[in-house]
Amino acid sequence: MSVEANKQAVNKPAVLIVEDEAQIRRFVRMALEAENCVVHESETMQRGLIDAGTRHPDLVILDLGLPDGDGVDFIRDLRNWSQIPIIVLSARAEESDKVRALDSGADDYLTKPFGAAELVARVKAHLRRTSNTSSSPVIEFGDVRLDMQKRSVERAGQPLHLTAIEYRLLAYLATNPDCVLTHRQILKAVWGPSHIEDTHYVRVYMGHLRKKLEATPSQPDHIITESSVGYRFVR
Amino acid sequence: MTDQRPDPDALLEKVQRDQAKAQRGRLKLFFGASAGVGKTYAMLAAARQLQEQGTKVLIGVIETHGRKETEAMTQGLQQLPLKEMPYRDHVLKEFDLERALALHPQLILVDELAHSNVAGSRHPKRWQDIEELLAAGIDVYSTVNVQHLETLNDIVSGITGINVWETVPDRVFDQADEIVLVDLPPDELLQRLKEGKVYLPQQAERAIQNFFRKGNLIALRELALRRTADRVDVEMQKYRRDQAVTSVWKARESILACIGSGAGADRIVRSAARLAGLLDVPWHVIYIETPALQGQSEAKRNQILKTLKGAQDMGAETASLSGNDISETIVDYARQHNLSILILGREQPRPWFLFQRSLTEKIDARAPDLDVIQVPRWENDTHPGFIPPLLKRQIERMENDWQDYSIAALACAVVTLIAAPLHTYFELSNIVMLFLLTVVFVAVRLGRGPAVLASFLSVAAFDFFYVPPRLSFAVSDVQYLMTFFIMLAVGLITGQLTAGLKYQASIATTRETRFRALYEMSRDLSGALMPEQIAEICGRFIESQFGATASVILADLDNKLMPPIAATSKAPVIDHGIAQWAFDHEEAAGNGTDTLPGSTVLYLPLKAPMRVRGVFAFEEASATNNEERVMTPEQRRLLETFARLIAIALERIHYVDIAQSTTVKMESERLRNSLLSAISHDLRTPLSVLVGLADTMTLTKPPPTGQQMEIAATMRAEALRMTALVNNLLDMARLQAGEIRLNRQWHPLEEVVENSLRAMSASLAQHHVTVNLPEHLPLLEMDAVLMERVFCNLLENAEKYTPKGSDIEIGATNGDHDITIWVADNGPGLPAVQPMELFNKFERGHKESATPGVGLGLAICLAIVEAHGGSIRAENRTPRGARFVFTLPKGTPPVIESEESNADV
Repeated sequence: MSVEANKQAVNKPAVLIVEDEAQIRRFVRMALEAENCVVHESETMQRGLIDAGTRHPDLVILDLGLPDGDGVDFIRDLRNWSQIPIIVLSARAEESDKVRALDSGADDYLTKPFGAAELVARVKAHLRRTSNTSSSPVIEFGDVRLDMQKRSVERAGQPLHLTAIEYRLLAYLATNPDCVLTHRQILKAVWGPSHIEDTHYVRVYMGHLRKKLEATPSQPDHIITESSVGYRFVR
Repeated sequence: MTDQRPDPDALLEKVQRDQAKAQRGRLKLFFGASAGVGKTYAMLAAARQLQEQGTKVLIGVIETHGRKETEAMTQGLQQLPLKEMPYRDHVLKEFDLERALALHPQLILVDELAHSNVAGSRHPKRWQDIEELLAAGIDVYSTVNVQHLETLNDIVSGITGINVWETVPDRVFDQADEIVLVDLPPDELLQRLKEGKVYLPQQAERAIQNFFRKGNLIALRELALRRTADRVDVEMQKYRRDQAVTSVWKARESILACIGSGAGADRIVRSAARLAGLLDVPWHVIYIETPALQGQSEAKRNQILKTLKGAQDMGAETASLSGNDISETIVDYARQHNLSILILGREQPRPWFLFQRSLTEKIDARAPDLDVIQVPRWENDTHPGFIPPLLKRQIERMENDWQDYSIAALACAVVTLIAAPLHTYFELSNIVMLFLLTVVFVAVRLGRGPAVLASFLSVAAFDFFYVPPRLSFAVSDVQYLMTFFIMLAVGLITGQLTAGLKYQASIATTRETRFRALYEMSRDLSGALMPEQIAEICGRFIESQFGATASVILADLDNKLMPPIAATSKAPVIDHGIAQWAFDHEEAAGNGTDTLPGSTVLYLPLKAPMRVRGVFAFEEASATNNEERVMTPEQRRLLETFARLIAIALERIHYVDIAQSTTVKMESERLRNSLLSAISHDLRTPLSVLVGLADTMTLTKPPPTGQQMEIAATMRAEALRMTALVNNLLDMARLQAGEIRLNRQWHPLEEVVENSLRAMSASLAQHHVTVNLPEHLPLLEMDAVLMERVFCNLLENAEKYTPKGSDIEIGATNGDHDITIWVADNGPGLPAVQPMELFNKFERGHKESATPGVGLGLAICLAIVEAHGGSIRAENRTPRGARFVFTLPKGTPPVIESEESNADV
């Protein structure tokens, strides 16, 4: 790696794309390079794992339908030693694959076909999330202010009453912004491992939370449903 | 057991009894002491009364015997025409059971319960017709006289001296729901007789004159009254039991009647039946075949089997056992079946067997705790030309086996000759051994009879030729009498023993062959894969074991029998009606059963664990000569076991078929799925690339011009539309494949609507969308992804077919069982076609219009909603606009635990 390249890499975030389809790699590269990213390409899962170790990317985009193996294994391997964001690409109607990938440690997913704008937005959000290491106990979104030190929630300056579960749910969502959280992950974090199958609990409480926090609960801005997969919190 | 609580088993039995009764029709019997008391009249009067109250009454058959009063009573009641049955030279009229069942009235009158049907009817007895009517849920009124009750038959014939042949099992009388006693004092009856109001058939006038003596009538009246009183008493007890009035629970005592070959067997069975009826306990009848009873004439065997069959009809469990020792077999059977009362025929005094204990004594020695009741065997002991059965049997045997006897005699002669030169060298005691050896040899080879003969002959020859004085029967030395006696005893005992052993051995051999045949058959059946193979295996077995012909008739899925498969080379002629009857009722029919016994073929239902698989038709070779032959219970049981094995084999085949077709289905589904995912992958990847590249075009350097940007945006939009089309086609293909596997979970409707709106947000940008969902909608069990497709497709339609700026509304109402959801617009409304036609595949409101789409959207909506158990329709709104309405069942949503219980805020 040349000095110049190294210098570049210091300033520019590096993204690894593991995808067997050359045209998709090409357009992802174009889209991301336009956003000032360094893009590495891997055609196979094997190659991808090696590149992930040698190139030290800041983010990985992984196609779930690779010819030489299960993408989930890739995620597990990577998660053994790295916490960098992983965005998976998958086809529609493969919800169970998405859930499996997310449960194994992926952070987000994109369904094919996806637009460049969508991709860029996600990549930027995740890069921002990981670079922003200084964690403050106060999180603000919309007109809501969540203070996790004081365990208090305010909306438009007025204190807002949340039940214990609603608070835990909000805190969990807010500390994992932009990530898709599966029902399973949410149940485990908020209700504990014994409730892991009661997905309707999550749905009902999300409804409660939306009614209390969202300006238009039927078209929410912050707590977004990823159908049959889980939820995503957006600031 | 506490004194307050009724036995739970008894209660359960009562519940089951009540349930069974509720479905069955009710039987009301008009019961009288003799003909002429007015039973038919009383029955008609009761029926008329019911008809006035609105019950649908039908007269099945009424014997008015030309009496005017009775005939007048039938006026106004609907009468079923009698069926004409050809019998020998003339035509007889019989009750038409089939028509009655088909008409299915609420109540049917069937006179003369004890009537025997003409040969060729469905059942031999009218009471069996009535059983079938009751089973079909039809109420029946019928009449019966006291002398027709099976167990009272003996007593009545004892009183009147007239034997009645038409009898009804007491069970029918006891199980009738109501008994109405029609009573008339004897004097009045005699008066009516004098006035000619009682019908008397011409041919039997004298006998009947004897019958109608005042003494007889009083006795019959007493019998009828007492029988009715007994029944009322039983009812009272039953009531007390059901209501748990009593605290004393009678230990169940059961009766075992033992019959031999004697003519008194029927009598023993009837006594047992009467006693069992009085005690209201179950009863068993067994016949024991011992070596001594072996070799009966065929007629006698048949007689015994008929008696057993009769006992079975009266409600007994029957068995025919074989054993060496009667008392041992009886006691074993009684112990096994928990029977405490034994009924035996009274034994004849046998003065010449002083040292032999009677059967009663033997039973007493083995099981002192059993009650033994002896009943008289013979109606009258002194038949003209009566020969004690034992002697008679010996004579019969003698005739049969004269060859054996001559061989025995010859053997004695030969030994006598051989001994002649020897006796000079050997002592007489050794010569005796030679004779003994002969007797034993004869006994082993020829059985008991020749052994007895050989014993006597040997003694005689020894005495005559060798005991001094020789060539004379005189005996000089008294000690030789001892020798004679021992020779005789040894001969007799050995004969007895060997005969017993031979009998046991032959039984064991028969059993062994039977079991081996069954074993071989079940082994063969386990390998069979086709019904034809089963039929062939079955045919082999039937031919070797019964020498009979058989067919297997399978049922199709609609419980209709298919054409029979002949199992043996010569197939029996199948009566399809009887076969279907046996199949429908899951009961045996035809030869030797209660249903259509006139048929020469026996139809056994093939009952397998899951359902009846078909019918097995069986015809004995000898049954064709039109005489009813009774099978031994063993044969019948063997046949039933055999039918069961076939049934299980058929069921196994059936499930093998199912398993195979399931495998094929799974395989084809797997193929279809891999094909679909391959197609979807290969179509989607280039589309994804297209969309992506169109997007990145805007990022190229130098920046594209406005026109280039526009082209890129159009390319992108078209690629996305193509994607939507591919998605629709693939969805439709999946839904078409039949089994849509729904991933149903409990979702709030709001979430699904939210997601759909977000997915459609780009195309809906030009429309005003409002969402009006009521508060507190329950969770709905649905596949969220598919339900989003429904909303997306409906929203897409609304967007496509309305001008920009139109209003679109999503709403729902909460019903009792369903939630009704709609997507409405205020556009131009539905095209002028049948609203449901819109949901057909490739249906578009405006053909050849510029609006894009292939018309799959609504078809997909319909398939998805129906898969969820809901319905969908389209309608026009007033004043304008279209509305698509669908319903989803509410089901029972899971309970969400209230959080406050574990709240910590």
